[in-house]
Amino acid sequence: MRRLKLFLPLGIFALLAVLLFRGLSLDPQALPSALIDRPLPAFSLPSLAGDKTLTPDGLIGEPFLLNVWATWCISCRVEHPYLQRLAAEEAVVIYGVNYKDDSAAARAWLAELGDPYVASIVDREGSLGLDLGVYGAPETYFVDADGVIRYRHVGVIDERIWTERLQPIYQQLRTEAGR
Amino acid sequence: MIPELGHFALVLALVLAVVLAVVPMAASFQGRYAAMRLAPTLATAVAVFTSISFACLATAFLQDDFSVRVVAANSNSLLPPMYKFSAVWGNHEGSLLLWALILSYWLAAVAAFSQGLPTIMLARVLAVMGAIAVGFLSFSLLTSNPFERILPGVPADGNDLNPLLQDPGLIIHPPLLYMGYVGFSVAFAFAVAALLGGRLDAAWARWSRPWTNVAWAFLSLGIMLGSWWAYYELGWGGWWFWDPVENASFMPWLAGTALIHSLAVTEKRGLFRSWTVLLAIFAFSLSLLGTFLVRSGVLTSVHAFAADPARGLFVLIFLAIVVGGSLTLYALRAPAVRSHISFGTVSRESLLLLNNVVFLVATLTVLFGTLFPLLMDALGQGKYSVGPPYFNAVFVPLMALLVPFMGVGPLSRWRDDSLHRWKSRMLLPGVIVVILAVVLPFIADQGFNLWVALAILLAGWLVAGLWQDFAERRRNSPSLLRSLRRQSPSYWAMVLAHTGFAAAIVGVVATSQYSIERDLRMAPGDSETLAGYRFVFNETARVRGPNYLADAARFSVYRNDREVASLQAEKRRYLASGSVMTEAAIDPGLFRDLYVAMGEPVGTDGAWAIRLHYKPMVRWMWLGALLMGAAGLLTTFDRRYRREPRVAQTEAPRAPA
Repeated sequence: MRRLKLFLPLGIFALLAVLLFRGLSLDPQALPSALIDRPLPAFSLPSLAGDKTLTPDGLIGEPFLLNVWATWCISCRVEHPYLQRLAAEEAVVIYGVNYKDDSAAARAWLAELGDPYVASIVDREGSLGLDLGVYGAPETYFVDADGVIRYRHVGVIDERIWTERLQPIYQQLRTEAGR
Repeated sequence: MIPELGHFALVLALVLAVVLAVVPMAASFQGRYAAMRLAPTLATAVAVFTSISFACLATAFLQDDFSVRVVAANSNSLLPPMYKFSAVWGNHEGSLLLWALILSYWLAAVAAFSQGLPTIMLARVLAVMGAIAVGFLSFSLLTSNPFERILPGVPADGNDLNPLLQDPGLIIHPPLLYMGYVGFSVAFAFAVAALLGGRLDAAWARWSRPWTNVAWAFLSLGIMLGSWWAYYELGWGGWWFWDPVENASFMPWLAGTALIHSLAVTEKRGLFRSWTVLLAIFAFSLSLLGTFLVRSGVLTSVHAFAADPARGLFVLIFLAIVVGGSLTLYALRAPAVRSHISFGTVSRESLLLLNNVVFLVATLTVLFGTLFPLLMDALGQGKYSVGPPYFNAVFVPLMALLVPFMGVGPLSRWRDDSLHRWKSRMLLPGVIVVILAVVLPFIADQGFNLWVALAILLAGWLVAGLWQDFAERRRNSPSLLRSLRRQSPSYWAMVLAHTGFAAAIVGVVATSQYSIERDLRMAPGDSETLAGYRFVFNETARVRGPNYLADAARFSVYRNDREVASLQAEKRRYLASGSVMTEAAIDPGLFRDLYVAMGEPVGTDGAWAIRLHYKPMVRWMWLGALLMGAAGLLTTFDRRYRREPRVAQTEAPRAPA
């Protein structure tokens, strides 16, 4: 009986190993979104600069990236320089959703690190985030020229992810818009 | 040519490691002593060839050989030589080779310093470590070959090392961390060898102890450096984020802390034997699990290396063999009989048991928090992320529970002690500490703070316990100097480590509670006062670095009209990658750090967004970790571990700690 007890750690490890094996086939960055191929949810929220109210109609026109960020999010800080590069060098249109954040801190953040966004939507209560099904910042939605969400990327966008996975998607949206 | 040489050396190292894992181990069961005696030589040979391989890769980096894929992806001709060298492990393939290299050095070290061990034991220990080396060397060769070429089409220049990693702290952070991770493989190998031999005695615990202490010391230093790096390099004054990769290094540390205390009980009293073996397996398993989490991409993290499921599968299979195998062995061979040695409820054994329980629970809560998102995802319950609130909520009370007992620990007695004795020793210091805890926070610039008072109380309690213990030790000694000298290195190590823990408590709490941060728009000539320090923005300048261009902001800091620091914060643009990095300027101090970080230019009149920090006592937490690291290294000077082996085997130690 005593001997049996000593098998306990092995049993726990076996369960853990199964979990880890399962984890290998899951992509933590691939999140299903109920909104894929659906139009942007309705919202009417102030811009971070404070100069206007933003609605879906104000954003739609050409394909854009909707990037969820916040000053409390470390990964956003990691992602930020690359977004700036995309905006500056590849002329990618990026709108920000400043998610559950303090607007003054967010403005200071952009002033300090640079602002890659055409405009940032202030989502202080997280209501837009709720409608979008945001899991955590950073998260980026690809919206086509008709205002339909076509793709969702969770986590940091970096050089590798952009060139391997995201740029083709963005290019496709552009090509569709050009037709 | 040189990369091919490195590749070849790596293959040879693998072959030698296979021989090391198989031949001496088989011989140990057949009693063939000549074959067993091959083990130390084989171990050294593995180290030699892994070194050659590593040197070849380093040469490829230093000579800008961009035909090698990892060099092209992670280096640049403009990179300063120091960073070209550290770029060797600034990527997945190279860091894995570093891991294998360090493992081979531990192998060589065990081979060199364990001549006194029984031949069978040494052969088995080295064979187990050899098997682990087989795992890592084949992982490197099969899934992440660092010597892969890009031919034809050699790029003219490399992509540069991630600017975040171009930092002195990052040159030594990974090697130290790996020294710790891999070092636990020695304790693991001793545990497995002991299980195979069926002898889990005091001698086994004594052999494991110095190795475990050293590994733990390196891990402490490695974690400290990582935290320090995050503090000054990420540019916003944070020092711990409970990120999965940080947790991956923290879990083995917690389990290792439990292990070094449990080993003490096993060595001194022959108790907790099965438990200690299990902890030794556990500590190394967590090191491997950390590798899996970092390299398989099952969890998202800011530190994540390029993730690859094939690599993940390889590590997982390796993990299953090492951990599954050792736990099976444990289940079959660990002594199941209850020990006949008894101890009282009030005794040092009980306190150390409590230490083990607290650290194990802490390890499991961190493990649970780290794996929770994965668990929920696997069960189809949706996506979750677990953040600092969870970890702080479970971790802080656990540590607060630990400290009251930890304070009594040093002066407690083995076997049987009395509450009355504890009370008589600790009542007066306890009262003094309470008074200090109430009074001291008032001296701080920010005034009284309940959390700081509690931290001082806990830290003071630890120091008081150490002091009372020392007072007791010197009672029978004629002079202070004599009694200082009479104590063993192990004793001083304990004092250092516990003091370090106390310092870390004060540092963590004080800096969390008292820090001031301000984001401002400042132009040259502007000044701002923060916690009594006047920051004056003198001028901006353009600075040219080896591989970057920077805007610099020069500040002078005054306190009571006396200049205390001059700081230069930078905003760097790296030429090869175009990434922009904030280089914070920090004036360090024992009681406060002053921290200036530069943002973007604002407006046209030369103004910048500037972030100022006042961080009191932030150094204390790293100082604490430094003391703990020094303590772990100090224990190796204890004569006890260098005594003649034959004596060590027969003696049943009874000495007080």
